[in-house]
Amino acid sequence: MSNDTLPATAPAQPVRAAKGKRPASLWSDAWYDLRRNPVFIIGAVMIALFVAISAFPGLFDTVGVDPSTCSLAQARKGINGEHWFGTDNLGCDVYSRVIHGARVSIIVGIVSAAVTGIVGGALGLLAGFYGRWVDVILSRVAEIFFAIPSILGALLILAVIGRDNAGISSVVLALALLAWPMILRIMRASVITAKHQDYVMAARALGAGSGRIMMRHILPNAIAPVIVVSTINLGAFIAAEAALSFLGVGIQSPQISWGLMIADARNRFLEAPLPLLFPALFLSLIILSVVMLGDAVRDALDPKLR
Amino acid sequence: MNNPSVDTHPLSDEVGQEPLLAVDNLHVEFVTRQGLVKAVNGVSYTVNAGESLAVLGESGSGKSVTAQAIMGILDMPPARVPKGQIRFRGTDMLKLSDQARGQIRGQRIAMIFQDALSALNPVFTVGWQISEMFRVHRGMSKRDGMKKAVELMDRVRIPAAKQRVNDYPHQFSGGMRQRIMIAMSIALDPEVLIADEPTTALDVTVQAQIMELLAELQRESNMGLILITHDLGVVADVADKIAVMYGGRIVEHAPVHDLYKNPGHPYSKGLLESIPRVDQKGQELYAIKGLPPNLLDMPSGCAFHPRCPYRRDNCVTDVPPLYEISGTRGSACHYYREVLDGTVG
Amino acid sequence: MAPSAERILEVRDLVKHFPLTQGIVLKRQIGAIKAVDGVSFDLHRGETLGVVGESGCGKSTLAKLLMALERPTSGEVKINGVDMAKAHGPTLKRMRRNIQMVMQDPYTSLNPRMTVGDIIGEPFEIHSEVAPKGDRRRKVQELLEVVGLNPEHVNRYPHQFSGGQRQRIGIARGLALQPEVIICDEPVSALDVSIQAQVMNLLERLQNEFNLAYIFIAHDLSVVRHISDRVAVMYLGKIVELGNDVAIYDRPSHPYTQALLSAVPVPDPEGREQRERIILQGDPPSPADPPSGCRFRTRCWKAQDICAEQEPLLEIRAGGHLSACHFAEEHDVIHV
Repeated sequence: MSNDTLPATAPAQPVRAAKGKRPASLWSDAWYDLRRNPVFIIGAVMIALFVAISAFPGLFDTVGVDPSTCSLAQARKGINGEHWFGTDNLGCDVYSRVIHGARVSIIVGIVSAAVTGIVGGALGLLAGFYGRWVDVILSRVAEIFFAIPSILGALLILAVIGRDNAGISSVVLALALLAWPMILRIMRASVITAKHQDYVMAARALGAGSGRIMMRHILPNAIAPVIVVSTINLGAFIAAEAALSFLGVGIQSPQISWGLMIADARNRFLEAPLPLLFPALFLSLIILSVVMLGDAVRDALDPKLR
Repeated sequence: MNNPSVDTHPLSDEVGQEPLLAVDNLHVEFVTRQGLVKAVNGVSYTVNAGESLAVLGESGSGKSVTAQAIMGILDMPPARVPKGQIRFRGTDMLKLSDQARGQIRGQRIAMIFQDALSALNPVFTVGWQISEMFRVHRGMSKRDGMKKAVELMDRVRIPAAKQRVNDYPHQFSGGMRQRIMIAMSIALDPEVLIADEPTTALDVTVQAQIMELLAELQRESNMGLILITHDLGVVADVADKIAVMYGGRIVEHAPVHDLYKNPGHPYSKGLLESIPRVDQKGQELYAIKGLPPNLLDMPSGCAFHPRCPYRRDNCVTDVPPLYEISGTRGSACHYYREVLDGTVG
Repeated sequence: MAPSAERILEVRDLVKHFPLTQGIVLKRQIGAIKAVDGVSFDLHRGETLGVVGESGCGKSTLAKLLMALERPTSGEVKINGVDMAKAHGPTLKRMRRNIQMVMQDPYTSLNPRMTVGDIIGEPFEIHSEVAPKGDRRRKVQELLEVVGLNPEHVNRYPHQFSGGQRQRIGIARGLALQPEVIICDEPVSALDVSIQAQVMNLLERLQNEFNLAYIFIAHDLSVVRHISDRVAVMYLGKIVELGNDVAIYDRPSHPYTQALLSAVPVPDPEGREQRERIILQGDPPSPADPPSGCRFRTRCWKAQDICAEQEPLLEIRAGGHLSACHFAEEHDVIHV
């Protein structure tokens, strides 16, 4: 019997680890990969900067200038010491408007991604776990929404809501309403894989109820792909907000949005390109950084690449 | 690795004393995040035509990595071969160009794997996959290739081969799929066949069929057979000689009868004593204590010393060489005499 | 402790058919996979019943039926006289405390996102009446010690352990509720040879310590012989032979058992040429369409007309134990 007691030594299975077939643990391996991935670091630093800008835009203002200090006499000025990015058609400071416009992009992007992730994720969990008629109903409803072309659908929803009620929440609503089915599908597939694992059977044999099985055993093992897609969606939502605002159905003046700034500046682009170029540049930068982040997270978490 | 002067030498068929295949002091390492994993640490063995060598070991012992190195199917990096030779008919294959190795791989040295389902392509018929060997390597027409495929399926005793040649892999049972893999591996009449756990995934009655088939094919064609396995029972049934691996080294090699009758290394001895037998009911099983070594952090001296009942002080410090017990036997244990006499343990 | 005569588990005419359906919108049943087709046996307190058979013989489905993870098509699984197959809700949950399982694959049977402490402590969370909250951590550590692991490792994750150690964690989880029956479904087949013996010895020690009854399902006949008091041989959803270990291994009377035994490689090259080898032809037929009469007749060298017409019942025949063959005949195949 003396053979029975043995100390648990350091991680065994070195050869498995060596061949990279079985990750030591999904999250710790992913974090290891991410920390060493320059794409992730650049993306994360840029996102952090944008989040800081949108949270405390005042900190980034130049002395004595904010978006409300407009004067027609100063319209369409070039770059100078007071107006770093020049001024727009109404004589407002482009730099401070770009800084204050970041908030809308970030909020719309993060909130839409969170709402779709939570709603689509929760419904996907239910559809995948219960199957049968729950799955049939949820999946059919999701397919109906899935069939609507996204920008067109958002235009339609926002047109119904009406300009007077338009704002951040209505843009989020329109985007989330059209995007949750994708998350549902991903979550559902991932839950179906997870629910056939042996440890789920072991939990059922212990007498665990559905709630416990879903929350403790399936969700933590099924959520990775949803996180990957939600990160990638974040960029798409930011772009969509700009597009909707540009088309005049999204964010309305006097709120500041990059899409709106681009729309306002487009008529006199040839005389004064700066009011269009700077918001467009920032929009591209933020989407680029989100895409970089999303790519890095996907590489780190996607089990198919492992 | 690439030595152009060797590339030009064709593989000569006339060999003197040189065995058909010789692995000589082979080292294989993997570069990983956690550090350098020394999977194979100086393995040497030989196989002659018509001979079957069993390489016995547990997961992580390096038995499969050695086979992959022979086949040249290791992913490099992360793997690398810092030292050693793999001589096929006297030519060191590690010095050959990729092209020259490709000429040997699959044609003169073939391999069959444990998991026949994943080794077969699900979207092609088995006949197509077998005949591909002839089309690609022998330049045969589709029709001739298919004819050969049916012949081969007959040879590995797949019933109604003519009717089944156009079936897909999933339409066959596990045992039949393994037969198809065997058919593919012997298609080009290889001189060496490496079978990596060929029956592990199969049922007992099917295992027996496959082992018998392998033994028969070997007798017919006089191949050298390397049988990689963790199953002492399978080894006893077919092998002529056996090499026991532990922690990336060969700890004992011997003719199979000798090893079973009187093992010369504490690890082989422990393994033999720890397996339950179908023909007798024992009391408590002898269990080798402890865990297989962590390849990232190998024990000093003899890798088996933390688990060994024969351990003395020098086992912790001195790596035991492979002591010669007789002309055909060797043991990498400082105290192999005691193990053979059975004085301890 | 020797097995007592007290019957703890009674299985009667257990049947599980999985319907085969065709059509997407209007599903209609075109047949059934007869995974388990009329299985009956008893298990006594402290006893080990081995169940052997090849893949597809229904032994894993049997395990799921015994654990009430699948509902049988018909038949009974009585634990201490109460039919678990018909129990629901709180009754079923309470009955689960009495029957637990150890699964085959130590890599997939533990949730990778939970610590060892959470995994072994989960039974107490589900059945909170078993151990008061403050007591659980101590109980978990005790269980770790019982299965030979370091109790300080409660906060580690499964991937930090080797296969054999993980199997011990799975065993500790099965023991937590102090069940009377443990279903072991191939508990050592995924482990290295040198580790198998450790785990088998552990299972035997625990049996003696806690007076457990095991159903030990495996394809490895040597392992089953070592641990079992009685052995049931399954073929295509039915038990074809059932008896104590000496009866099954030294005096088998069913041709399938004989073939199975003769195919087991014996780790002894001595006399390998003389050893009798019954090599069965072909593969087992599909459980969706089993042969009429005796299911083994398509691969049996003794088959005659009666085998196709009349199903041989599992009854006491030659050799003095239960066997389902019209031509049952004792024949020792493993001793030369």
